[in-house]
Amino acid sequence: MLHEPARDSGPDHASVYKTRLGLWMFLFYCLFYAGFVMINVLTGGKAMQTIVLSGMNLAVVYGMGLIVLALVMALIYNHLCTAKEHELESKEPEVGQ
Amino acid sequence: MNLHGTPLSIVIFALFVVAVLCLSTFFARKAKSASGYYAAGGNIHWAVNGISFAGDYLSAASFLGICGMIATLGYDGFLYSVGYLAGWVVALFVVAEPLKRMGKFTFADAIDAKYNSRGIKLAAAISTLVVSICYLIPQMNGAGSLVEPLLGLPHWAGVVIVGGIVIAIVATAGMASTTYVQFLKGGLLLVFSTILVVSLLVRGISTDPSSLTDPSGKKLLFVPQHTTEAGLLAQGGQLVHTSGDYQKFVLAGEPSWWKRDAAGNLAQTQWTGGGHTNGKVGGLLYPVGRVQAIGGMSEEQAAKGTGTLSPFSFLAHLTNADTKIEQWATAKVTDEAGKKITIYYAKTVTGTDEMKPGVKFKVDTLWNKLNFVSLMMALFFGTAALPHILIRYYTVSSPAAARKSTIVAIAAIGFFYVLTLYMGLGAATNGTINPADSNMSAPLLAMSFGKVLFALISAIAFATVLGTVAGLIVAASGAVAHDLMDRYAGMNLTDTAKVRAGKVAAIVVGIIAIILGILFKGVNVSFLVGWAFAVAASANLPAILMLLFWKKTTAAGIVASITVGIIAALGIILTGPEMFAGPYGKTAADAWHKLGQPGIISIPLSFLTLVIVSLATQKKREIAR
Repeated sequence: MLHEPARDSGPDHASVYKTRLGLWMFLFYCLFYAGFVMINVLTGGKAMQTIVLSGMNLAVVYGMGLIVLALVMALIYNHLCTAKEHELESKEPEVGQ
Repeated sequence: MNLHGTPLSIVIFALFVVAVLCLSTFFARKAKSASGYYAAGGNIHWAVNGISFAGDYLSAASFLGICGMIATLGYDGFLYSVGYLAGWVVALFVVAEPLKRMGKFTFADAIDAKYNSRGIKLAAAISTLVVSICYLIPQMNGAGSLVEPLLGLPHWAGVVIVGGIVIAIVATAGMASTTYVQFLKGGLLLVFSTILVVSLLVRGISTDPSSLTDPSGKKLLFVPQHTTEAGLLAQGGQLVHTSGDYQKFVLAGEPSWWKRDAAGNLAQTQWTGGGHTNGKVGGLLYPVGRVQAIGGMSEEQAAKGTGTLSPFSFLAHLTNADTKIEQWATAKVTDEAGKKITIYYAKTVTGTDEMKPGVKFKVDTLWNKLNFVSLMMALFFGTAALPHILIRYYTVSSPAAARKSTIVAIAAIGFFYVLTLYMGLGAATNGTINPADSNMSAPLLAMSFGKVLFALISAIAFATVLGTVAGLIVAASGAVAHDLMDRYAGMNLTDTAKVRAGKVAAIVVGIIAIILGILFKGVNVSFLVGWAFAVAASANLPAILMLLFWKKTTAAGIVASITVGIIAALGIILTGPEMFAGPYGKTAADAWHKLGQPGIISIPLSFLTLVIVSLATQKKREIAR
């Protein structure tokens, strides 16, 4: 159908695992993001002005926290995906035999 | 404000442009094939691609728009930073690897991989063009804002210069040169934004900020005078006109506008209109933005300043309930001759109010709550649906490389967005806001540290526009040449002809971008980009997600979803209060509805359409099998 990738990267045996893991991590992050939005909406912004850490309010700490959480989760995701890819790659010759 | 470029800023800018054009010429040899032109041959290293993602994504909206919005509105601008970054989570966990596995050159390739449907090719190409154009407008507008202080040229000249350079970059070497321009720009932006923020923290906060100065060293910061009507009359002033809360006096033959509060006190404003600016023909607006009081410090201490602050104590000082910050707002009035006058007036807010959401994005009424949720949805779901971002997944060699480059992007972009909070608040407290154009807040903050940093930051900001616009034009030219001409129209172009068609398309899209950039002068760039995200999230993301996770998705469902998403998002925007109060020149009350942000309706509607149409066309799907 002429929609093949610009460069063939070979089979990806871990794709099912990675898709499922990605979906769960996405939903987990969604909950935190929705919490940020809903706290603001449901309290009319009042909760966001509460001082929670070193003189900084919830709006700043939660907002920065979402940025940091994204990076931490990204690193965990990459670690798990890479481990699975290596695991399945090492099994591949056995399957061939 | 009337800032003219220094020879240094012009030299740095010229050097950058020469470097960029040399890069393009160098890579032109590698872009002879369609794969080389549209996807840089799939040979880019994931780390380079990650920083290029940052260079592509950190557009004028991020650097100029968000910093400007934080400078003028406080924390509300930072909501964009949070939403823009959070969107990368969707890209990493859901979109990156499957898209790399399925696609070749464009977003339409991936969506159409399972179906080979002409309808999908057409819908996806149109969607790419609509989103790219929506995104291009604020980028070009930002270029115009930058060139005024950088080169001392008018707004339209900046738009034309950027358009011309980007057309040269894209038309010579496509994605290969675009990637390295974005890599260079992304790296420089991170390094020099960090230097700016460190300089800001070393300086600390003061009620007598360094601000900007004229050539004689005199501070330009505008500090409004306060008086009463009786006081002005006693000085020989004459009240000539009243328009709502604003009064026009003539003092010593010079007109001035004052804002009256409920107690009858008058505060001096800055104003422009009727051929005058601040009372003079060809007069100037002065920079604004300062701290009036710092919580926990006496007046004398606050005037001396806090000294060097840690990143946390900087934010804590500004969040303090006893800290008072001068924010600036705009009002439109008419004078005694019926001429339209724009007034810039100061209002004092506490640190508590400055550092919480609610100045622009209020959550007091149902409509405001819906608008807020709608915006945050669009920012979250929009990133992973932007065509110029998606095509960058085709420039790396494997799905694993796509994943790793996304993680580098999250690290770089997340770090930059943390910096935006400091740069925006720095501009708000250092007298470096142009009241007529908040987009220049970050470069003007750099100017308060000297002309070298200003020249560097401005040149990088200009590069910011170049990198993003180049990515958008590659995406749009791919949609025209690859999706529409080659695939949809069945022209079966040869490899060489496809590259040539892409170059011609890049030139045409570039010219359209120039025209739109001139027409949309002066609108906050981040706000416009918010709409581009809403259209992308509504038109593209439902199709991408359902294609990956719902086996009953059909080609007809995808076409309907993209079509409904575009029409619903654009329809709500074009009939909404922001368009009526802005470009249409009417009031928000004249709008057809009160929803300024479409995502909360258009995104679910697009999903629903896909499900209904897919279920209704299951038979065709079985027959096709």
